[in-house]
Amino acid sequence: MMLNRILFIGTILFTAFFMADTSHATPVETFEFNDKVTKIRFQELSKELRCPKCQNQNLADSNSTVASALRLDLYNLLIQGRSDAEIVDLMVGRYGEFVLYRPRVSSLTYILWFGPVLLILIGITVVIVILRKKPVTKENLALNRQQKEKLQQLLKEETSSNSQPSSPVNKEDKE
Amino acid sequence: MNKVIRFLPLVLVIALGIVLYRGLSLNPSDMPSALVGKAMPDFSLSIVKDAEKTVTKADLVGDIILLNVWATWCPTCKYEHPYLLEIATNPKLKSQVKLYGVNYKDERALAQQWLTNYQDPYQFSIFDEEGLLGVKLGVFGAPETFVIDHHGIIRKRFAGALDVRMWRKEFEPLIEQIIAERKQGK
Repeated sequence: MMLNRILFIGTILFTAFFMADTSHATPVETFEFNDKVTKIRFQELSKELRCPKCQNQNLADSNSTVASALRLDLYNLLIQGRSDAEIVDLMVGRYGEFVLYRPRVSSLTYILWFGPVLLILIGITVVIVILRKKPVTKENLALNRQQKEKLQQLLKEETSSNSQPSSPVNKEDKE
Repeated sequence: MNKVIRFLPLVLVIALGIVLYRGLSLNPSDMPSALVGKAMPDFSLSIVKDAEKTVTKADLVGDIILLNVWATWCPTCKYEHPYLLEIATNPKLKSQVKLYGVNYKDERALAQQWLTNYQDPYQFSIFDEEGLLGVKLGVFGAPETFVIDHHGIIRKRFAGALDVRMWRKEFEPLIEQIIAERKQGK
């Protein structure tokens, strides 16, 4: 009984240890910064820049070789005293617009920036057009003269054919 | 008119479907390099075979160059290695281009071992341990091969394994074009 309990607690501790371990697996390198501002700039830029290899991760997230090289490069550039804008320009110069998670507004990215607004506008227009359609009223339901005449004619034909007893529908009904 | 409008959603959905279906077959890593047309970046690094020997951009520029990014941790690099040897030994290819290597984010001892085991096709391999030359070149991973002309301008970035098929399709026309330009004295 006692042994069981010890084993149980032991297992939990063991698993907890390794779970804690995996959650700390991402950051590999350590960088030292002289001041807090540079550190924050590093963190912000590595969130803004996309890892070229694993395209759904930013530099801060990714463990790939190119991401770690880029982090080191970013660190060096910051230490050299380059501005954020300079660094972003440099990265775009090497890897293209794609490297930015928040692409800049240019003729290439107009559709990305303004597409959603355009779609919403189209949606609103469609809704307005549908809502402003004339509702069905008695006036536009009423028949005009031609239609009335046609109706009369049809009704007449109907009564004349009903007078003949050989209609198959009627026959079945009687049975 | 009304009938046409009734079919509009169907048409739109089909159009969207075609666009998305095309998107499925696009290769997201197949991207034009932002560096094509720009000068090869400056660097100063040692070579794989000799930690004491430093090389710079000046050691490369002047010929039509293939710059092959490789690493021992990269299985595709092993696949393309025989074709690199072919480029280095074939008399015609050898006269057209000079092949240099960039050993990307690797360990020197492993890289040296690789060159001994599988033969060395490169004039020399630049030892880019930290990957900073790779970053300057806009490298995504290995293998990648750059074509650099006699003025030191990057003319092409090719990601993936190099083999005879890719060479004929992607490289041969460009190399011949550069050779022609060079003959014209451009």
